[in-house]
Amino acid sequence: MAMRKVAVVGAGMTKFMRRAQETGRELAFQASRMALDSCEMTLDDIDAVALGTAPDAFDGLHMKGEYLSDGAGAWHKPYMRCYVGGGTGVFAAIQGWYHVASGLFDTCLVVCEEKMSSCMPHPQGAFLTIFDHTTERALKPNLIWIFALEMNRYMTMHGIEKKDIALVAVKNKRNALDHPCAQLAANITVEDVLNSEVLAWPVQRLDISPTSDGAVAIVMAAEHVAKRITDKPAWVRGVGWSLDTAYWTSRDLYYPKYVEYAARMAYDMAGITEPRKEIHVVEPYDPFDYKELHHLEGLLLADKGDAPRLTAEGVTARDGNMPVCPSGGMLGVGNPIAAAGLMKISEIFWQLRGEAGKRQVPGQPKTGLAQSWGDLMQVGCVMILGV
Amino acid sequence: MSLVERITTSADAKVWYDNIPIESLYTVGIAGEKFFRAIKDRGVIMGSVCPSCNLTYLPPMMYCERCLAELEEWVEVGTKGTVHTYTVVGVSLEGEPLEQPEILALIKVEGAHGGLVHRLGEVKPEDVEIGMPVEAVFKPKKGREGSILDIEHFKPV
Amino acid sequence: MSANVENFPGTPLSQADFDEGKILTTHWKPKLEYGWDAGVAISRYLAELKNGRIIGIKCSRCRSTVVPPRVVCEWCWEPMDDWVYLKDTGTVNTFSICYIRWDASRAKEPQIPAVIEIDGASKGAGILHLLDEVNADDVTIGMKVQAVWKPADERTGAITDIRYFKPT
Repeated sequence: MAMRKVAVVGAGMTKFMRRAQETGRELAFQASRMALDSCEMTLDDIDAVALGTAPDAFDGLHMKGEYLSDGAGAWHKPYMRCYVGGGTGVFAAIQGWYHVASGLFDTCLVVCEEKMSSCMPHPQGAFLTIFDHTTERALKPNLIWIFALEMNRYMTMHGIEKKDIALVAVKNKRNALDHPCAQLAANITVEDVLNSEVLAWPVQRLDISPTSDGAVAIVMAAEHVAKRITDKPAWVRGVGWSLDTAYWTSRDLYYPKYVEYAARMAYDMAGITEPRKEIHVVEPYDPFDYKELHHLEGLLLADKGDAPRLTAEGVTARDGNMPVCPSGGMLGVGNPIAAAGLMKISEIFWQLRGEAGKRQVPGQPKTGLAQSWGDLMQVGCVMILGV
Repeated sequence: MSLVERITTSADAKVWYDNIPIESLYTVGIAGEKFFRAIKDRGVIMGSVCPSCNLTYLPPMMYCERCLAELEEWVEVGTKGTVHTYTVVGVSLEGEPLEQPEILALIKVEGAHGGLVHRLGEVKPEDVEIGMPVEAVFKPKKGREGSILDIEHFKPV
Repeated sequence: MSANVENFPGTPLSQADFDEGKILTTHWKPKLEYGWDAGVAISRYLAELKNGRIIGIKCSRCRSTVVPPRVVCEWCWEPMDDWVYLKDTGTVNTFSICYIRWDASRAKEPQIPAVIEIDGASKGAGILHLLDEVNADDVTIGMKVQAVWKPADERTGAITDIRYFKPT
């Protein structure tokens, strides 16, 4: 395939908040403005806009893509909204990438926004239709069921204990103390996690990321433009995405095969044959603590069932051999669905450029990976950046 | 298959009834807060100005959608405008006939490049014309809540 | 760049800002009521549940038998029309013990949702349902369970015609 080289050249984000005063489009504006400012570009320099945002029902706005378009800088520009559930954040960046890689545009502003606080009494109300309306919803399920069922299967198949998983929540919330946008940064212990309210065993209160409001934006550019804008472009080396069956009760939930397919696609494109050596910093999707482990395994960065050991041994700590979620992840920074995924791309961007401040991982990382996950526990989206 | 075609005979065809139990609580936002407070507290309509694009936004925005600058300058745009277009609504959202038809109009306010969608009052539907000058009629200050309904309607000048 | 930014944008609000009317809001309660067609395969599934039977469907090409039934095999992309009665017993594939309701409020009694692989379907093919008549602490993955049906005259053609599954 004759694809052009594409780089991330700028990034911006709002704080992640339980409730923001800003409207969704105002959040989108703030992140977009900051992303453009970060690389000294103006809206005139932007050829196309890619937007990612999760269900309309969260913000309570139908045609949310259109609603957000002006804040995202899309006035009179080619514009497209994508939505693959929780996978949206990284997929929006993939969308931005193919807009530019294809040669159609030289620059693309990628914006992701979520304002979940609008949704009353709880965003779970909007999630109920994730279950089949006839064969499942009649049982009066709630969203946590599917995660609890997946987590239990993962734990049982590998003989993993809850305390091994709780370490992820402890690590990420602690990492988030260094993130100026973090909503749930905290110094907690494994005991705090194990003693927190049981929601749907094995899922407890502190195993879960919060609902959030926030927005993130990045600027992507073709090689000739990127080199003019910055001497530190973060090149997109590989992308991948894959979807598993929507009949989730017919899948073995202990392993996210679709994440593996997405990762293999991205590794192949990047020419990466030994991901454990070649990926220096990782931002896997961590809406729940077990998901970070589950995804590290799907990404082939840990053997099946072995990610908890890596966590316990400090390999995934910010100063470990393979730092995982140095940002603080969604468990610590927050989880405005689509924006959380794009936050992971921006974190890798900042890490590779040595601009992550107190969050900076040591050793001048050259290659990083961001991954998101969603729909009915069935989509994996991966992007690999390199400098 | 046409739009009106329905399954009426098959005993086996099942329909499953349920709802999506959500409500929305919207903040009016940074620009909205200024806009609605001005209506509530002072009975004036404010727009926000982008000096470089030479535009006055109504409803006001916190940024210019054309150049993405943050807008800091605010002006009163007056309470008068003209009917840009209108419609007469005869049925409710549920499809029931309304006792009193409502006249909904897009009102272009002088001095702003946007306008407000609102009701027209103190006028018969047959007397409304595109281009007709109108002005805002505010609720008494005591009853205002910081909503677009603090303007009761627009009436012919 | 992030390291150089001191103030990230965003205005966080507290519950008090809402309760004390410090900020303006708009409220909307839409009536989102739907009638979803069950479709060809699920209509038959529901009709058989009313008869006290679980029916699955088999792909004539890859020989997979799946439940709930569907009209196309997602692996072969072939139409499916080979209906197969399954047993009303199965194996717990995974389970949870749930203490909250859908709106995150506390439930009065915990529930045990589970994925149950149905006997007679291909390995791994399961459905979502509830477990009962069992102590939550005694539930294990791999446990054999059987359906507890509503009496025939109370069945309506719904997944809830099976009240729950209990250990065999």
